[in-house]
Amino acid sequence: MAMSPRKRAQVSRGIQYAVLGVVVVAIALAADWGTLQQTFLNGEILPELFPDLFTVALKNTIYYTAGAFVFGLVLGLVLALMRLSSVGPYRWIATTFIEFFRGVPALIVFIGFYYGLPVAFPGRALPGGTFGTVTVALGLVGAAYMAETIRAGIQAVPKGQVEAARSLGMSSTRAMVTIVIPQAFRIILPPLTNELILLTKDSSLVYLIGLSFSDYELTKFGREGLNQYTNLTPLFAAALCYLLITVPLSVVVRRMEARADRAR
Amino acid sequence: MSQITVDENAPAIDVQQLHKYFGDNQVLTGIDFHVDRGTVVCVIGPSGSGKSTLLRCINRLEEPTSGKVFVEGVEVTDPDIDLDALRARIGMVFQQFNLFPHLSVLDNLTVAQTKVKKRKKDEAVEVARRNLEKVGLAEREDSYPAHLSGGQQQRIAIARALSMDPDLMLFDEPTSALDPELVGDVLGVMKDLASEGMTMMVVTHEMGFAREVGHKLVFMDGGVIVEEGDPRTVLGDPQEERTQSFLSKVL
Ligand SMILES: Nc1ncnc2c1ncn2[C@@H]1O[C@H](COP(=O)(O)OP(=O)(O)OP(=O)(O)O)[C@@H](O)[C@H]1O
Ligand SMILES: [Mg+2]
Repeated sequence: MAMSPRKRAQVSRGIQYAVLGVVVVAIALAADWGTLQQTFLNGEILPELFPDLFTVALKNTIYYTAGAFVFGLVLGLVLALMRLSSVGPYRWIATTFIEFFRGVPALIVFIGFYYGLPVAFPGRALPGGTFGTVTVALGLVGAAYMAETIRAGIQAVPKGQVEAARSLGMSSTRAMVTIVIPQAFRIILPPLTNELILLTKDSSLVYLIGLSFSDYELTKFGREGLNQYTNLTPLFAAALCYLLITVPLSVVVRRMEARADRAR
Repeated sequence: MSQITVDENAPAIDVQQLHKYFGDNQVLTGIDFHVDRGTVVCVIGPSGSGKSTLLRCINRLEEPTSGKVFVEGVEVTDPDIDLDALRARIGMVFQQFNLFPHLSVLDNLTVAQTKVKKRKKDEAVEVARRNLEKVGLAEREDSYPAHLSGGQQQRIAIARALSMDPDLMLFDEPTSALDPELVGDVLGVMKDLASEGMTMMVVTHEMGFAREVGHKLVFMDGGVIVEEGDPRTVLGDPQEERTQSFLSKVL
């Protein structure tokens, strides 16, 4: 029996949906919903997590992430400019830094930083306590990634823009600051926002270092709750809080990308 | 900034034995030529003949390999010169307009005035508005470049260059990227400028403009000036064989 390509596509789509439906139903029937709810969304434990879940854990996650993002952005911009510099040593330093911090797991950076700094500089500490330490440790990793993004953005600004600025008498620094960088950041806003999403999740690495309760962020909060209640509800609640941050950011990214597509 | 001392009697542009290589590729071979103050010099020639490179060597957007360039008696090719101050006095208009897309039209015209010439914002805005008026786009000061036609963008680019009060203007094929119906507006603005006595060096394919407005026409081919002279003479009765063959193709 001959089928038109259109018809064949419809049939194959139908089969895919049918298989998907069967899988979903099978899982739904096989799962033990009662126990699941007891384990993940326990009605007795959940209320006890408030208000600390928001006022301590979510708040700290946002603080750490924001601190690391701002620090990483500034350092990333400096590194990007160094990579594009005509001065050899600047380029080498930046390249080494970027390759190192992109190539090493953030977890190891974090541990090395937290335990290594006091050994290297006895008696001194970063200002800002936990916040300062987290900002710098996480920011170093973020900076390495953002530097590459920012460099790509700067290179994506047409050469004619610099030429126009220079022909008006602007110095190369002036042209970079007033003409190139503002345009570069428009281009890279979507990937930078993705970077913010990754940093939000990476801030969970803070659970590695010894903290007092007021410094808990979401993951630490969830794990401590897990130990206390021997129940996954606190961790699950923490996961939902991450989504509270990351999903809106994803939506924003998709909007920006759609708008950029339309402008093209 | 203005420790540059202009020689009132020197020609606007004086190019002496200019050579330019890109790697092994020799693009300009011993160019000698000058532009007198208050005159319009048009440069024509086939693609790749080095017209843009010559123009860009004059404000050192391109670094000459050897030879000298003087602008109003000041040696541009002097390694110690304050290049930014010099460039602020040389207006440049590009084929691709190169307006700053993240700035409004008014900001496009004021940004260099305030940052380079250190003018007060009020004064810069006043100068900008005057020049927008001049190019016939006074009502577009709040627009962004992306919302303007090519012809409008190029007129804004001219107004932007004029807002620096340049002593001379360089144009690199200012109408080549435009739809034919928009070319006239831009040429009109350039004609007005010429009649006000602005010194202009114009790389162009618009032979009508060269004949009507130009005081001198330069024909380049293969990195050398093949022929130069009064536009009507060069266009009407070219002496060199290469000029004749080029003109027979474009006219
Ligand atoms: N930045 C560069 N690097 C290497 N080669 C270059 C560069 N700019 C120009 N050239 C070469 O120099 C030669 C002259 O180029 P130029 O742009 O001056 O020609 P033109 O006369 O302006 O041509 P067109 O009419 O196409 O604009 C060409 O062969 C070109 O490939
Ligand atoms: Mg050219």
